[in-house]
Amino acid sequence: MPFEQLLQYIFSGITSGSIYAIVAIGFNIIYNTTGIINFAQGEFLMLGGMTAISLHSFMPLPLAILAAVIITSAVGALIDFIFIRRLKSPSVLNMVIVTIGLSIMIREIALHVWDEKVRSLPYFTGSEVTSINIMGAYISPQVLWVLGVSGVIVAFLGVFFRFTLTGRSMRACASNITAARLCGINTKNMVTISFMLSAAIGALAGCVISPITQTQYDCGTSLAIKGFTVAILGGLGNSTGAVIGGIIIGLLEAMSISIMPLAYKDAISIAILLIILFARPSGLLGKREAAGLKEF
Amino acid sequence: MNFLEVKGLSRSFGGLRAVQEVSFSVEKNAIKAIIGPNGAGKTTLFNLISGALPPASGQVFISGSPIHGLPPHRIARRGISRTFQNIKLFSRMSVLENVMIGRHIRSRAGFLAAMLRLPRTKAEEREIRETSMDILSLLGIGDLADQEATSLPFGKQRVVEFARALATEPDLILLDEPAAGLNIHETAHISEMIMKIRRRGITVLVIEHDMSLVMNISDEIVVLSSGKKIAEGAPAAIQKNGEVIRVYLGEGDA
Repeated sequence: MPFEQLLQYIFSGITSGSIYAIVAIGFNIIYNTTGIINFAQGEFLMLGGMTAISLHSFMPLPLAILAAVIITSAVGALIDFIFIRRLKSPSVLNMVIVTIGLSIMIREIALHVWDEKVRSLPYFTGSEVTSINIMGAYISPQVLWVLGVSGVIVAFLGVFFRFTLTGRSMRACASNITAARLCGINTKNMVTISFMLSAAIGALAGCVISPITQTQYDCGTSLAIKGFTVAILGGLGNSTGAVIGGIIIGLLEAMSISIMPLAYKDAISIAILLIILFARPSGLLGKREAAGLKEF
Repeated sequence: MNFLEVKGLSRSFGGLRAVQEVSFSVEKNAIKAIIGPNGAGKTTLFNLISGALPPASGQVFISGSPIHGLPPHRIARRGISRTFQNIKLFSRMSVLENVMIGRHIRSRAGFLAAMLRLPRTKAEEREIRETSMDILSLLGIGDLADQEATSLPFGKQRVVEFARALATEPDLILLDEPAAGLNIHETAHISEMIMKIRRRGITVLVIEHDMSLVMNISDEIVVLSSGKKIAEGAPAAIQKNGEVIRVYLGEGDA
Protein backbone atom coordinates (compact mmCIF):
# COMPACT_ATOMS: atom_id res chain seq x y z
CA MET A 1 0.00 0.00 0.00
CA PRO A 2 1.53 3.37 -0.93
CA PHE A 3 2.30 5.68 1.95
CA GLU A 4 -0.21 8.34 0.90
CA GLN A 5 -2.98 5.80 0.78
CA LEU A 6 -2.05 4.42 4.20
CA LEU A 7 -2.09 7.97 5.58
CA GLN A 8 -5.51 8.50 4.02
CA TYR A 9 -6.85 5.42 5.81
CA ILE A 10 -5.25 6.48 9.08
CA PHE A 11 -6.89 9.90 8.87
CA SER A 12 -10.30 8.47 8.16
CA GLY A 13 -9.81 5.91 10.95
CA ILE A 14 -8.87 8.54 13.51
CA THR A 15 -11.82 10.72 12.45
CA SER A 16 -14.47 8.07 12.92
CA GLY A 17 -12.58 6.84 15.97
CA SER A 18 -12.75 10.21 17.66
CA ILE A 19 -16.51 10.33 17.07
CA TYR A 20 -16.89 6.88 18.60
CA ALA A 21 -14.80 8.10 21.52
CA ILE A 22 -17.16 11.05 22.11
CA VAL A 23 -20.20 8.75 22.07
CA ALA A 24 -18.39 6.38 24.43
CA ILE A 25 -17.55 9.25 26.79
CA GLY A 26 -21.24 10.16 26.79
CA PHE A 27 -22.00 6.58 27.91
CA ASN A 28 -19.28 6.82 30.55
CA ILE A 29 -20.51 10.04 32.14
CA ILE A 30 -23.98 8.64 32.78
CA TYR A 31 -22.63 5.21 33.69
CA ASN A 32 -20.35 6.75 36.30
CA THR A 33 -23.05 8.64 38.16
CA THR A 34 -25.90 6.15 37.83
CA GLY A 35 -24.46 2.77 36.91
CA ILE A 36 -26.73 2.58 33.88
CA ILE A 37 -25.97 2.38 30.17
CA ASN A 38 -28.01 5.08 28.48
CA PHE A 39 -29.08 3.49 25.21
CA ALA A 40 -30.52 6.80 24.03
CA GLN A 41 -26.99 8.26 23.78
CA GLY A 42 -26.93 7.93 19.97
CA GLU A 43 -30.22 9.80 19.78
CA PHE A 44 -28.57 12.81 21.41
CA LEU A 45 -26.24 13.05 18.38
CA MET A 46 -29.14 12.77 15.97
CA LEU A 47 -31.17 15.37 17.91
CA GLY A 48 -28.24 17.78 18.01
CA GLY A 49 -27.58 17.44 14.28
CA MET A 50 -31.24 17.68 13.27
CA THR A 51 -31.98 20.66 15.50
CA ALA A 52 -28.94 22.54 14.20
CA ILE A 53 -29.94 21.80 10.59
CA SER A 54 -33.46 23.18 11.15
CA LEU A 55 -32.25 26.24 13.03
CA HIS A 56 -29.56 26.95 10.44
CA SER A 57 -32.24 27.88 7.89
CA PHE A 58 -32.82 31.11 9.78
CA MET A 59 -29.71 31.75 11.87
CA PRO A 60 -25.96 31.64 11.36
CA LEU A 61 -24.21 28.29 11.79
CA PRO A 62 -22.37 28.92 15.09
CA LEU A 63 -25.58 30.17 16.73
CA ALA A 64 -27.58 27.25 15.36
CA ILE A 65 -25.06 24.79 16.78
CA LEU A 66 -24.99 26.54 20.15
CA ALA A 67 -28.78 26.53 20.31
CA ALA A 68 -28.90 22.86 19.29
CA VAL A 69 -26.47 21.94 22.06
CA ILE A 70 -28.51 23.86 24.64
CA ILE A 71 -31.82 22.37 23.46
CA THR A 72 -30.46 18.82 23.44
CA SER A 73 -28.99 19.32 26.86
CA ALA A 74 -32.42 20.49 28.06
CA VAL A 75 -33.90 17.32 26.57
CA GLY A 76 -31.32 15.37 28.59
CA ALA A 77 -32.44 17.13 31.77
CA LEU A 78 -36.08 16.52 30.90
CA ILE A 79 -35.44 12.81 30.41
CA ASP A 80 -33.91 12.64 33.86
CA PHE A 81 -36.75 14.65 35.45
CA ILE A 82 -39.57 12.69 33.86
CA PHE A 83 -38.22 9.17 33.70
CA ILE A 84 -35.21 8.59 35.94
CA ARG A 85 -35.59 10.87 38.99
CA ARG A 86 -39.09 9.67 39.77
CA LEU A 87 -38.25 5.98 39.97
CA LYS A 88 -38.69 5.16 43.64
CA SER A 89 -36.07 2.48 44.07
CA PRO A 90 -34.70 2.11 40.57
CA SER A 91 -32.88 -1.09 39.74
CA VAL A 92 -30.19 -0.76 37.11
CA LEU A 93 -32.08 -3.09 34.80
CA ASN A 94 -35.26 -0.97 35.01
CA MET A 95 -33.40 2.19 34.14
CA VAL A 96 -31.60 0.54 31.22
CA ILE A 97 -34.93 -0.61 29.81
CA VAL A 98 -36.30 2.92 30.25
CA THR A 99 -33.44 4.26 28.11
CA ILE A 100 -34.07 1.66 25.39
CA GLY A 101 -37.71 2.74 25.30
CA LEU A 102 -36.64 6.37 25.18
CA SER A 103 -34.33 5.81 22.23
CA ILE A 104 -37.19 4.26 20.26
CA MET A 105 -39.53 7.06 21.27
CA ILE A 106 -37.09 9.84 20.36
CA ARG A 107 -36.48 8.23 16.96
CA GLU A 108 -40.21 8.02 16.25
CA ILE A 109 -40.77 11.63 17.31
CA ALA A 110 -37.87 12.70 15.08
CA LEU A 111 -39.41 10.78 12.19
CA HIS A 112 -42.65 12.76 12.63
CA VAL A 113 -40.95 16.10 13.13
CA TRP A 114 -38.35 15.83 10.38
CA ASP A 115 -39.53 12.95 8.09
CA GLU A 116 -37.08 10.34 6.79
CA LYS A 117 -35.09 12.57 4.47
CA VAL A 118 -31.30 12.59 4.83
CA ARG A 119 -30.01 16.09 5.69
CA SER A 120 -26.75 17.66 6.62
CA LEU A 121 -25.20 20.83 7.91
CA PRO A 122 -22.95 22.73 5.48
CA TYR A 123 -19.19 22.25 5.75
CA PHE A 124 -17.90 24.54 8.50
CA THR A 125 -15.08 25.81 6.30
CA GLY A 126 -14.84 25.36 2.54
CA SER A 127 -17.17 22.96 0.75
CA GLU A 128 -17.34 19.24 0.08
CA VAL A 129 -14.72 19.53 -2.63
CA THR A 130 -12.22 21.55 -0.60
CA SER A 131 -9.36 19.43 0.62
CA ILE A 132 -6.12 19.92 2.43
CA ASN A 133 -2.99 18.10 1.41
CA ILE A 134 -1.15 16.66 4.39
CA MET A 135 1.96 14.72 3.35
CA GLY A 136 0.26 13.47 0.21
CA ALA A 137 -3.06 12.51 1.78
CA TYR A 138 -6.11 14.60 0.90
CA ILE A 139 -8.50 15.30 3.73
CA SER A 140 -11.53 17.49 4.10
CA PRO A 141 -11.18 20.47 6.46
CA GLN A 142 -14.26 19.11 8.24
CA VAL A 143 -12.10 16.19 9.40
CA LEU A 144 -9.89 18.68 11.18
CA TRP A 145 -13.01 20.21 12.74
CA VAL A 146 -14.05 16.80 14.03
CA LEU A 147 -10.60 16.10 15.45
CA GLY A 148 -10.36 19.56 16.95
CA VAL A 149 -13.79 19.48 18.59
CA SER A 150 -13.20 15.98 19.96
CA GLY A 151 -9.91 17.12 21.40
CA VAL A 152 -11.52 20.15 23.01
CA ILE A 153 -14.34 18.04 24.50
CA VAL A 154 -11.87 15.57 26.03
CA ALA A 155 -9.71 18.38 27.42
CA PHE A 156 -12.76 20.20 28.78
CA LEU A 157 -13.99 17.08 30.57
CA GLY A 158 -10.52 16.43 31.94
CA VAL A 159 -10.47 19.88 33.54
CA PHE A 160 -14.09 19.64 34.60
CA PHE A 161 -13.74 16.34 36.47
CA ARG A 162 -10.42 17.17 38.06
CA PHE A 163 -10.63 20.83 39.01
CA THR A 164 -14.24 21.80 39.59
CA LEU A 165 -16.38 21.10 42.60
CA THR A 166 -19.23 19.80 40.45
CA GLY A 167 -16.85 17.53 38.58
CA ARG A 168 -15.34 16.20 41.77
CA SER A 169 -18.78 15.68 43.27
CA MET A 170 -19.77 13.64 40.23
CA ARG A 171 -16.70 11.48 40.67
CA ALA A 172 -17.58 11.12 44.33
CA CYS A 173 -21.07 9.87 43.38
CA ALA A 174 -19.51 7.39 40.97
CA SER A 175 -17.18 6.13 43.63
CA ASN A 176 -19.46 5.84 46.64
CA ILE A 177 -22.97 7.19 46.49
CA THR A 178 -23.76 6.77 50.22
CA ALA A 179 -20.65 8.63 51.30
CA ALA A 180 -21.31 11.32 48.69
CA ARG A 181 -24.79 11.93 50.13
CA LEU A 182 -23.42 12.18 53.63
CA CYS A 183 -20.88 14.75 52.44
CA GLY A 184 -23.88 16.90 51.52
CA ILE A 185 -23.92 16.20 47.80
CA ASN A 186 -27.35 16.15 46.20
CA THR A 187 -26.80 13.00 44.17
CA LYS A 188 -30.02 13.37 42.18
CA ASN A 189 -28.84 16.73 40.86
CA MET A 190 -25.55 15.13 39.88
CA VAL A 191 -27.49 12.59 37.80
CA THR A 192 -29.34 15.46 36.09
CA ILE A 193 -26.05 17.20 35.35
CA SER A 194 -24.60 13.99 33.93
CA PHE A 195 -27.57 13.63 31.57
CA MET A 196 -27.25 17.26 30.49
CA LEU A 197 -23.52 16.98 29.99
CA SER A 198 -23.63 13.83 27.90
CA ALA A 199 -26.56 15.19 25.87
CA ALA A 200 -24.62 18.39 25.23
CA ILE A 201 -21.40 16.73 24.08
CA GLY A 202 -23.46 14.26 22.04
CA ALA A 203 -25.26 17.15 20.31
CA LEU A 204 -22.00 18.93 19.59
CA ALA A 205 -20.52 15.76 18.10
CA GLY A 206 -23.72 15.26 16.09
CA CYS A 207 -23.26 18.72 14.57
CA VAL A 208 -19.60 18.43 13.59
CA ILE A 209 -20.03 15.04 11.94
CA SER A 210 -23.21 16.02 10.11
CA PRO A 211 -21.44 17.39 6.97
CA ILE A 212 -19.43 14.17 6.62
CA THR A 213 -21.82 11.40 7.71
CA GLN A 214 -25.16 13.14 7.12
CA THR A 215 -28.00 13.13 9.61
CA GLN A 216 -31.22 11.14 9.52
CA TYR A 217 -33.83 10.31 12.16
CA ASP A 218 -32.31 6.86 12.79
CA CYS A 219 -28.61 7.64 12.45
CA GLY A 220 -28.14 7.45 16.23
CA THR A 221 -28.50 3.70 16.56
CA SER A 222 -25.39 2.66 14.66
CA LEU A 223 -23.34 5.37 16.37
CA ALA A 224 -24.58 4.14 19.75
CA ILE A 225 -23.52 0.58 18.95
CA LYS A 226 -20.05 1.73 17.93
CA GLY A 227 -19.79 4.00 20.94
CA PHE A 228 -20.89 1.19 23.24
CA THR A 229 -18.26 -1.13 21.75
CA VAL A 230 -15.63 1.52 22.32
CA ALA A 231 -16.77 2.16 25.89
CA ILE A 232 -16.52 -1.57 26.66
CA LEU A 233 -13.16 -1.85 24.88
CA GLY A 234 -11.69 1.05 26.81
CA GLY A 235 -13.20 -0.08 30.10
CA LEU A 236 -16.62 1.26 31.13
CA GLY A 237 -16.41 4.59 32.88
CA ASN A 238 -12.83 5.28 31.80
CA SER A 239 -12.53 8.26 29.48
CA THR A 240 -8.87 7.79 28.57
CA GLY A 241 -9.82 4.23 27.68
CA ALA A 242 -12.63 5.57 25.50
CA VAL A 243 -10.22 7.71 23.48
CA ILE A 244 -7.75 4.86 23.00
CA GLY A 245 -10.55 2.38 22.23
CA GLY A 246 -12.15 4.80 19.78
CA ILE A 247 -8.98 5.25 17.79
CA ILE A 248 -8.28 1.50 17.76
CA ILE A 249 -11.77 0.68 16.44
CA GLY A 250 -11.70 3.56 13.97
CA LEU A 251 -8.34 2.46 12.56
CA LEU A 252 -9.34 -1.20 12.38
CA GLU A 253 -12.50 -0.28 10.49
CA ALA A 254 -10.63 1.97 8.09
CA MET A 255 -7.95 -0.63 7.44
CA SER A 256 -10.49 -3.39 6.99
CA ILE A 257 -11.88 -1.54 3.98
CA SER A 258 -8.63 -2.08 2.15
CA ILE A 259 -8.78 -5.85 2.50
CA MET A 260 -12.49 -6.62 2.88
CA PRO A 261 -15.68 -5.45 1.23
CA LEU A 262 -17.12 -2.25 2.71
CA ALA A 263 -20.21 -4.09 3.90
CA TYR A 264 -18.15 -5.88 6.56
CA LYS A 265 -17.11 -2.61 8.19
CA ASP A 266 -19.79 -2.77 10.88
CA ALA A 267 -19.24 -6.47 11.45
CA ILE A 268 -15.68 -5.67 12.50
CA SER A 269 -16.70 -3.61 15.51
CA ILE A 270 -19.36 -6.11 16.57
CA ALA A 271 -16.80 -8.91 16.29
CA ILE A 272 -14.42 -6.86 18.44
CA LEU A 273 -17.17 -6.30 21.01
CA LEU A 274 -17.74 -10.06 21.26
CA ILE A 275 -14.03 -10.79 21.55
CA ILE A 276 -13.62 -8.28 24.39
CA LEU A 277 -16.63 -9.62 26.25
CA PHE A 278 -15.15 -13.14 26.06
CA ALA A 279 -11.51 -12.32 26.62
CA ARG A 280 -11.29 -9.21 28.76
CA PRO A 281 -14.69 -8.00 29.98
CA SER A 282 -13.12 -5.22 32.06
CA GLY A 283 -11.75 -3.59 28.90
CA LEU A 284 -8.27 -2.28 28.16
CA LEU A 285 -7.96 0.16 31.04
CA GLY A 286 -10.82 -1.00 33.25
CA LYS A 287 -10.04 -2.44 36.64
CA ARG A 288 -10.94 -6.07 37.07
CA GLU A 289 -13.26 -5.43 40.02
CA ALA A 290 -15.06 -2.71 38.07
CA ALA A 291 -16.00 -5.32 35.49
CA GLY A 292 -18.67 -6.48 37.91
CA LEU A 293 -20.64 -3.77 36.06
CA LYS A 294 -21.71 -2.16 39.31
CA GLU A 295 -25.01 -3.89 39.94
CA PHE A 296 -25.56 -6.03 36.86
CA MET B 1 -31.77 23.18 75.45
CA ASN B 2 -29.99 20.02 74.42
CA PHE B 3 -28.01 20.09 71.21
CA LEU B 4 -29.19 16.75 69.81
CA GLU B 5 -32.58 15.47 70.87
CA VAL B 6 -33.75 12.02 69.80
CA LYS B 7 -37.39 11.26 70.65
CA GLY B 8 -39.04 7.87 70.32
CA LEU B 9 -37.18 6.75 67.20
CA SER B 10 -38.41 3.45 65.76
CA ARG B 11 -37.66 1.43 62.67
CA SER B 12 -38.38 -2.19 61.71
CA PHE B 13 -37.08 -4.41 58.95
CA GLY B 14 -39.83 -6.86 58.12
CA GLY B 15 -40.63 -8.46 61.48
CA LEU B 16 -37.39 -7.37 63.10
CA ARG B 17 -37.84 -4.31 65.29
CA ALA B 18 -34.33 -2.92 64.87
CA VAL B 19 -34.84 0.28 66.86
CA GLN B 20 -37.79 0.70 69.23
CA GLU B 21 -38.80 3.95 70.87
CA VAL B 22 -35.26 5.12 71.53
CA SER B 23 -34.95 8.54 73.15
CA PHE B 24 -31.91 10.36 74.46
CA SER B 25 -30.24 13.71 74.21
CA VAL B 26 -26.71 15.00 73.88
CA GLU B 27 -25.43 18.26 75.30
CA LYS B 28 -23.41 20.67 73.21
CA ASN B 29 -19.75 19.66 72.96
CA ALA B 30 -20.22 16.41 74.89
CA ILE B 31 -18.95 12.98 73.92
CA LYS B 32 -21.68 10.39 74.17
CA ALA B 33 -21.10 6.71 73.49
CA ILE B 34 -23.64 4.18 72.30
CA ILE B 35 -22.82 0.62 73.27
CA GLY B 36 -24.64 -2.67 73.11
CA PRO B 37 -24.24 -6.23 71.86
CA ASN B 38 -24.11 -6.98 68.13
CA GLY B 39 -27.49 -6.51 66.50
CA ALA B 40 -28.66 -4.10 69.20
CA GLY B 41 -29.56 -1.52 66.53
CA LYS B 42 -26.67 0.89 67.00
CA THR B 43 -25.81 1.39 63.34
CA THR B 44 -29.51 1.54 62.42
CA LEU B 45 -29.86 4.34 64.96
CA PHE B 46 -27.01 6.21 63.22
CA ASN B 47 -28.66 5.64 59.86
CA LEU B 48 -31.90 7.11 61.22
CA ILE B 49 -30.16 10.18 62.61
CA SER B 50 -28.05 10.83 59.50
CA GLY B 51 -30.99 10.29 57.16
CA ALA B 52 -29.59 7.24 55.38
CA LEU B 53 -32.82 5.54 56.49
CA PRO B 54 -36.11 7.34 57.15
CA PRO B 55 -37.50 6.60 60.63
CA ALA B 56 -40.85 4.79 60.84
CA SER B 57 -41.75 7.02 63.77
CA GLY B 58 -40.05 9.39 66.15
CA GLN B 59 -38.26 12.69 65.88
CA VAL B 60 -34.72 14.06 65.77
CA PHE B 61 -33.94 17.67 66.63
CA ILE B 62 -30.75 19.68 66.20
CA SER B 63 -30.75 22.79 68.41
CA GLY B 64 -34.51 22.49 68.57
CA SER B 65 -35.21 22.27 64.84
CA PRO B 66 -36.46 18.98 63.38
CA ILE B 67 -34.28 17.09 60.87
CA HIS B 68 -36.06 13.72 60.68
CA GLY B 69 -37.38 12.90 57.23
CA LEU B 70 -34.92 15.18 55.45
CA PRO B 71 -32.76 13.62 52.72
CA PRO B 72 -29.19 12.81 53.83
CA HIS B 73 -27.51 15.63 51.90
CA ARG B 74 -29.75 18.18 53.60
CA ILE B 75 -29.02 16.71 57.02
CA ALA B 76 -25.30 16.90 56.20
CA ARG B 77 -25.78 20.58 55.43
CA ARG B 78 -27.34 21.05 58.86
CA GLY B 79 -23.95 20.20 60.31
CA ILE B 80 -24.06 16.46 60.90
CA SER B 81 -21.26 14.32 59.57
CA ARG B 82 -20.41 10.66 60.05
CA THR B 83 -17.90 7.92 59.49
CA PHE B 84 -18.67 4.30 58.73
CA GLN B 85 -17.88 1.01 60.41
CA ASN B 86 -16.78 -0.35 57.02
CA ILE B 87 -14.85 2.60 55.64
CA LYS B 88 -16.43 4.32 52.63
CA LEU B 89 -13.77 6.43 50.94
CA PHE B 90 -13.88 7.62 47.35
CA SER B 91 -11.70 5.30 45.30
CA ARG B 92 -9.52 6.56 42.45
CA MET B 93 -9.07 9.83 44.30
CA SER B 94 -6.19 11.11 46.37
CA VAL B 95 -6.45 11.62 50.12
CA LEU B 96 -6.59 15.37 49.60
CA GLU B 97 -9.38 15.11 47.01
CA ASN B 98 -11.40 12.94 49.38
CA VAL B 99 -11.19 15.62 52.05
CA MET B 100 -11.91 18.37 49.52
CA ILE B 101 -15.20 16.68 48.62
CA GLY B 102 -16.13 17.11 52.25
CA ARG B 103 -15.67 20.87 51.81
CA HIS B 104 -18.21 20.79 48.99
CA ILE B 105 -21.13 21.92 51.13
CA ARG B 106 -19.17 24.86 52.50
CA SER B 107 -18.49 26.34 49.06
CA ARG B 108 -20.73 28.51 46.96
CA ALA B 109 -19.14 28.60 43.51
CA GLY B 110 -21.61 27.50 40.88
CA PHE B 111 -21.00 25.26 37.91
CA LEU B 112 -20.48 28.04 35.40
CA ALA B 113 -18.20 30.07 37.62
CA ALA B 114 -16.09 26.99 38.24
CA MET B 115 -15.76 26.24 34.53
CA LEU B 116 -14.80 29.79 33.67
CA ARG B 117 -12.23 29.81 36.48
CA LEU B 118 -13.41 33.16 37.75
CA PRO B 119 -11.06 34.81 40.27
CA ARG B 120 -13.58 34.30 43.05
CA THR B 121 -13.69 30.58 42.28
CA LYS B 122 -9.94 30.34 42.15
CA ALA B 123 -9.71 31.93 45.58
CA GLU B 124 -12.37 29.56 46.86
CA GLU B 125 -10.62 26.54 45.34
CA ARG B 126 -7.42 27.63 47.04
CA GLU B 127 -9.27 28.08 50.33
CA ILE B 128 -10.75 24.58 50.03
CA ARG B 129 -7.34 23.08 49.26
CA GLU B 130 -5.65 24.88 52.17
CA THR B 131 -8.36 24.07 54.72
CA SER B 132 -8.27 20.44 53.65
CA MET B 133 -4.49 20.35 54.02
CA ASP B 134 -4.82 21.92 57.49
CA ILE B 135 -7.23 19.22 58.55
CA LEU B 136 -4.89 16.50 57.26
CA SER B 137 -2.01 18.06 59.18
CA LEU B 138 -4.11 18.39 62.31
CA LEU B 139 -4.78 14.66 62.19
CA GLY B 140 -1.14 13.95 61.43
CA ILE B 141 -1.49 12.60 57.89
CA GLY B 142 -0.45 15.68 55.92
CA ASP B 143 2.34 13.71 54.25
CA LEU B 144 -0.20 11.30 52.71
CA ALA B 145 -2.16 14.00 50.85
CA ASP B 146 -1.22 12.86 47.35
CA GLN B 147 -1.57 9.11 47.93
CA GLU B 148 -4.54 7.25 46.52
CA ALA B 149 -6.91 7.02 49.48
CA THR B 150 -8.04 3.41 49.09
CA SER B 151 -4.45 2.15 48.73
CA LEU B 152 -3.57 3.18 52.28
CA PRO B 153 -3.47 0.75 55.22
CA PHE B 154 -6.77 0.32 57.03
CA GLY B 155 -5.85 2.44 60.05
CA LYS B 156 -4.83 5.39 57.86
CA GLN B 157 -7.99 5.11 55.78
CA ARG B 158 -9.98 5.54 58.96
CA VAL B 159 -8.09 8.75 59.71
CA VAL B 160 -8.81 9.99 56.16
CA GLU B 161 -12.49 9.35 56.76
CA PHE B 162 -12.24 11.38 59.97
CA ALA B 163 -10.62 14.18 58.01
CA ARG B 164 -13.35 14.12 55.38
CA ALA B 165 -16.04 14.25 58.06
CA LEU B 166 -14.29 17.20 59.74
CA ALA B 167 -13.97 19.02 56.43
CA THR B 168 -17.73 19.54 56.35
CA GLU B 169 -17.30 21.63 59.54
CA PRO B 170 -19.90 19.64 61.42
CA ASP B 171 -21.43 20.61 64.75
CA LEU B 172 -22.13 16.95 65.43
CA ILE B 173 -20.06 14.02 64.27
CA LEU B 174 -21.29 10.40 64.33
CA LEU B 175 -18.45 7.88 64.58
CA ASP B 176 -19.43 4.28 63.84
CA GLU B 177 -16.92 1.96 65.55
CA PRO B 178 -13.85 4.12 64.92
CA ALA B 179 -11.52 1.61 66.58
CA ALA B 180 -12.86 -1.54 64.87
CA GLY B 181 -10.04 -3.55 63.32
CA LEU B 182 -7.31 -1.31 64.72
CA ASN B 183 -4.38 -2.33 66.93
CA ILE B 184 -3.67 -0.86 70.36
CA HIS B 185 -1.51 1.99 69.07
CA GLU B 186 -3.95 2.96 66.38
CA THR B 187 -6.79 2.85 68.91
CA ALA B 188 -4.85 5.18 71.20
CA HIS B 189 -4.37 7.51 68.24
CA ILE B 190 -8.12 7.44 67.50
CA SER B 191 -8.94 8.29 71.09
CA GLU B 192 -6.56 11.26 70.87
CA MET B 193 -8.25 12.39 67.67
CA ILE B 194 -11.70 12.22 69.24
CA MET B 195 -10.46 14.50 72.02
CA LYS B 196 -9.02 16.87 69.40
CA ILE B 197 -12.37 16.92 67.62
CA ARG B 198 -14.15 17.83 70.84
CA ARG B 199 -11.68 20.62 71.49
CA ARG B 200 -12.81 22.16 68.21
CA GLY B 201 -16.26 22.57 69.74
CA ILE B 202 -17.80 19.58 67.97
CA THR B 203 -20.30 17.29 69.67
CA VAL B 204 -19.46 13.60 69.32
CA LEU B 205 -21.73 10.58 69.23
CA VAL B 206 -19.74 7.37 69.03
CA ILE B 207 -20.59 3.69 68.65
CA GLU B 208 -17.79 1.54 70.00
CA HIS B 209 -17.10 -1.97 71.26
CA ASP B 210 -13.70 -1.18 72.76
CA MET B 211 -14.76 -0.64 76.39
CA SER B 212 -11.53 0.93 77.58
CA LEU B 213 -11.85 3.52 74.82
CA VAL B 214 -15.52 4.15 75.65
CA MET B 215 -14.92 4.49 79.38
CA ASN B 216 -11.95 6.82 78.83
CA ILE B 217 -13.45 9.33 76.46
CA SER B 218 -17.18 9.49 76.99
CA ASP B 219 -19.11 11.81 79.27
CA GLU B 220 -22.21 9.66 79.08
CA ILE B 221 -23.18 6.29 77.70
CA VAL B 222 -26.41 4.94 76.18
CA VAL B 223 -26.81 1.17 76.24
CA LEU B 224 -28.95 -0.50 73.59
CA SER B 225 -30.10 -4.10 73.55
CA SER B 226 -32.43 -5.66 70.97
CA GLY B 227 -33.35 -2.21 69.68
CA LYS B 228 -34.30 -0.77 73.09
CA LYS B 229 -32.48 1.62 75.36
CA ILE B 230 -31.80 -0.25 78.59
CA ALA B 231 -29.57 2.23 80.39
CA GLU B 232 -28.11 5.70 80.19
CA GLY B 233 -25.64 7.49 82.40
CA ALA B 234 -22.06 8.27 83.31
CA PRO B 235 -19.43 5.58 82.58
CA ALA B 236 -18.95 4.69 86.25
CA ALA B 237 -22.69 4.17 86.77
CA ILE B 238 -23.04 2.10 83.60
CA GLN B 239 -20.23 -0.22 84.73
CA LYS B 240 -22.21 -1.05 87.87
CA ASN B 241 -25.63 -1.30 86.20
CA GLY B 242 -27.05 -4.77 86.76
CA GLU B 243 -29.14 -4.83 83.60
CA VAL B 244 -26.11 -3.89 81.48
CA ILE B 245 -23.98 -6.60 83.08
CA ARG B 246 -26.74 -9.14 82.45
CA VAL B 247 -26.96 -8.19 78.75
CA TYR B 248 -23.21 -8.32 78.27
CA LEU B 249 -22.38 -11.39 80.33
CA GLY B 250 -25.60 -13.35 80.09
CA GLU B 251 -28.01 -14.60 82.77
CA GLY B 252 -26.70 -16.14 85.96
CA ASP B 253 -25.49 -15.08 89.33
CA ALA B 254 -22.52 -13.11 88.07
